[in-house]
Amino acid sequence: MTKDFLFEIGVEEMPAHVASKSVKQLADRTGKFLKENGLGFKEIKTYSTPRRLTVLVKELDEKQADVDEVKKGPAKKIAQDADGNWTKAAVGFARGQGMSADDIYFEELKGVEYAYVHVQKAGKEAKEVLLGLDEVIKAMTFPTKMRWDSQDFEFVRPIHWLVALYGSEVVPVEFLDITAGRKTAGHRFLGDSVVLANADDYVEALRDQYVIVDADERKAMIVSQINDLVNSHNWQIKLDASLLEEVNNLVEYPTVFAGSFDQKYLEIPDEVLITSMKDNQRYFEVYDQEGKLINCFISVRNGNKDHLENVISGNEKVLVARLDDAVFFYDEDRKYPLSHFVDRMDSVSFHDKIGSMAEKMTRVRIIGDYLAKRFGLSAEEVADFDRVSGLYKFDLVTQMVGEFAELQGVMGMHYARLAGENENVSVAIKEHYMPTTAEGDLPKTKVGALLSVADKLDTIIAFFGAGMIPSSSNDPYALRRYAYGIVRILLNEDWSLPFDQVVPEIVELLSGKTPAKLPQGAEEDKQLADFIRDRIKQFLQKNNYQYDVIDAVLASSEQDPSQILAAAKVLQQHHDDKAFKPVVESLTRIANILKKAKFSQASPVDPNLFEDRSEQDLYNGVEALANVKDHAELYEAFVALQGVIDRYFDVNMIMAKDEAVKNNRLSQLAAVNDLAKRLGDLSKLVIK
Amino acid sequence: MEQKLDIQTMIFKLEQFWASKGCMIMPSYDENKGAGTMSPYTFLRAVGPEPWKACYVEPSRRPADGRYGDNPNRLFQHHQFQVVLKPAPLEIQQYYLDSLKVLGIEPLEHDIRFVEDNWENPSMGCAGVGWEVWLDGMEVSQFTYFQTVGELDVKPTMGEITYGVERLASYIQDVNSVFDLEWGDGVLYRDIFKEPEYEHSKYAFEESDQKQLLEFFDTYERIAKRLLGQNLVHPAYDYILKCSHTFNLLDARGTVSVTERAGYLHRIRNMAHEVAVKFVEEREKRGFPLLKSAQAKAEASND
Repeated sequence: MTKDFLFEIGVEEMPAHVASKSVKQLADRTGKFLKENGLGFKEIKTYSTPRRLTVLVKELDEKQADVDEVKKGPAKKIAQDADGNWTKAAVGFARGQGMSADDIYFEELKGVEYAYVHVQKAGKEAKEVLLGLDEVIKAMTFPTKMRWDSQDFEFVRPIHWLVALYGSEVVPVEFLDITAGRKTAGHRFLGDSVVLANADDYVEALRDQYVIVDADERKAMIVSQINDLVNSHNWQIKLDASLLEEVNNLVEYPTVFAGSFDQKYLEIPDEVLITSMKDNQRYFEVYDQEGKLINCFISVRNGNKDHLENVISGNEKVLVARLDDAVFFYDEDRKYPLSHFVDRMDSVSFHDKIGSMAEKMTRVRIIGDYLAKRFGLSAEEVADFDRVSGLYKFDLVTQMVGEFAELQGVMGMHYARLAGENENVSVAIKEHYMPTTAEGDLPKTKVGALLSVADKLDTIIAFFGAGMIPSSSNDPYALRRYAYGIVRILLNEDWSLPFDQVVPEIVELLSGKTPAKLPQGAEEDKQLADFIRDRIKQFLQKNNYQYDVIDAVLASSEQDPSQILAAAKVLQQHHDDKAFKPVVESLTRIANILKKAKFSQASPVDPNLFEDRSEQDLYNGVEALANVKDHAELYEAFVALQGVIDRYFDVNMIMAKDEAVKNNRLSQLAAVNDLAKRLGDLSKLVIK
Repeated sequence: MEQKLDIQTMIFKLEQFWASKGCMIMPSYDENKGAGTMSPYTFLRAVGPEPWKACYVEPSRRPADGRYGDNPNRLFQHHQFQVVLKPAPLEIQQYYLDSLKVLGIEPLEHDIRFVEDNWENPSMGCAGVGWEVWLDGMEVSQFTYFQTVGELDVKPTMGEITYGVERLASYIQDVNSVFDLEWGDGVLYRDIFKEPEYEHSKYAFEESDQKQLLEFFDTYERIAKRLLGQNLVHPAYDYILKCSHTFNLLDARGTVSVTERAGYLHRIRNMAHEVAVKFVEEREKRGFPLLKSAQAKAEASND
């Protein structure tokens, strides 16, 4: 026999971002608790609103299985001492089975007497087992927890009630001074409390009290109401998934409404309007059919349609107050030339231990000019970069960014345009923050990409120089994200940047030109290069490269992300080819021979020492490889050279008696190996 | 909301309501401060085991928010109606909603939401968990369960409700500028506060003497520390408040660098911690009198 079991934790309004995760956690913990206690069930459904976390366990066993089994223990001579007293071993055995030593009896097995106990236990009823669910509540974790009243227990918000119903029966779980019952709370304003007759009544009984407990259903209601509004007005909307999720977890009974604001506010940049609506007020912004932002917004009320006009006019008033502020800042900021703000970069700290923003901008210009040469940017692009590097942080001291910090870069772009800066310069100010998340959009312009790389590289060099190096668990300044951003931009632009070589050169260029401490010496350079290398690994993993390919390419001494990626692409692409295995095996064989011979004194190969034609063939083949363009071509060349290499090994004894011949052959192999290493450490490849 | 409440009636109704829930109506505390939390009736009474229920209006001075009286919603000095209940009763949220009804705000006619906002005031070593309360999208109150004050655990937990008086009144009186609010007897907010807003802004942004403010800060800090050394908790606390306000004046000039800022806040936080510790020690010497009387009262009602 089975019944459904309902367990609801009633709380004060939870943060919107925890509800969905927490109810899943509750389901996982409840499931684990039931399994550990030997109670079977079909499935666990979850329900959540701002004020409740609920699980409904479908078809939960009515009781645990009975136990009726004979357990064998130690031999009699171990179980009893010479005087016939129970030994520790015997007592322990019995206790382990939930019995006492007096329950032990002996039976013979293959001529030896052993201790036995007959364990008979009636399975506990589900109702009894479920009383232990307070353990599940105690085990719950949250990003932020709080104490309330006078006790030490912490939860996401104060707990007000518990419902625990097995079928129609209450399971009086006790927690703090609350005893679980069958009474739950309806909507805070629209509903009354409800006494549930059965676990299964939950969803419908609360629906009657204006609580839609199923988060998916609630979300569907919001979406459908939004669609109705949008369609009836011929609008368009971008249904931001995270905003929808948040809004859904702020209401128990959703009613969607639209409001509007005066057209005149459309003069301020879209980003400001959107931030005011979306981030500050949790509204959806609205577009017309041409995709232009219009003077309307959509929001969701926690309630029904009654008196909706109050709610609409109240929300409109709040938004207008915010937009008035924004207009004020916009007007104030535009009273000054950009230089007014740039001049203040001296007094804006980048970091206490590193220096000011003005100093950072100076370093970034030096780094960017150096990189621009490497990347082969045009004179025009370099000129734009030079211009923007002297401006790009200025919006940090504008009033608008002071109020809306999330608009840094965006406001800089707008203000630069208004001040007559060209499009490359203006856009680069915004793009230098990109990517703003690990997998976020990359800069679209060359100048923006250059500024972003230079700015991030400067940040990493400066922090490493100041000794603030991220550890595996602690990266307060998000240096990992910056490094990952650099890697992504370099690969996206196909810009080559061998870090082992570049970082010391940059440090050299900067020294004497900045008060900031710079990384000194090989050890720090290596740490920095390794740090960036780990981000290349992250990139390859994220892009589904096989682990052995990743291991192989990262084991090489190559430090240029574009070279490493190119090698990985080739290895991944050909990994399952027929030709792959023999090529990799012979190249690995060469590496092994060199390693075994501890050969490090390679000298130019001398054809005069050749004894067989196969030697000349390999020599010619390797010479021809000197000019391969890329990794794909290199790999193809190795495939073509496969037969030559095999014959070389068939015919020639590498470790020849004649020392000069031996060294000549090893030098030949070393030449092949140097080329092969451009693909990585091939011995790391797993080949079937 | 048939009849629009003026501000003084609003305050009066809130005081009456919270008095009915056992709160003492305290006078505003006569030191400059940035928020009602910094009144000794909240800050000091939050620490230690003694119960405490109080409400009061607190003028809150935030020099950096001054706008010369030009901005309809930003003020050098706004007013908070502060309610603290320790321990916070389980019904505190419901009490709050009932208090809105007293002001004529019927929840069924509006959209009232509790939106996560974990309040903290690092300069005073304070942190709490709670919400901003939204009334039709406008933040009208801050609702916090204090977890630490002066870097001490708050136990039992104190519940703090801070009503933004001007915000709430703007909603109730349906005006777009705080200066149009009616304070009482037909006198408008502008009649009382327009000039002070202008003059204080002028002082804070243009006329304050930074060198002198820096000296004030150092002097106040020295006095506070000396008084702390003599276990003179309350005067020490007054000087800590003076330090805090002096720092806010310096900050308003926009010349305090990020590093310096951290340094000042650290100095204030150290003193805030020390005064909280000293307050509890002194109360303990007196046997936590309010705890005793509360226990005696509880026993009497049980008999």
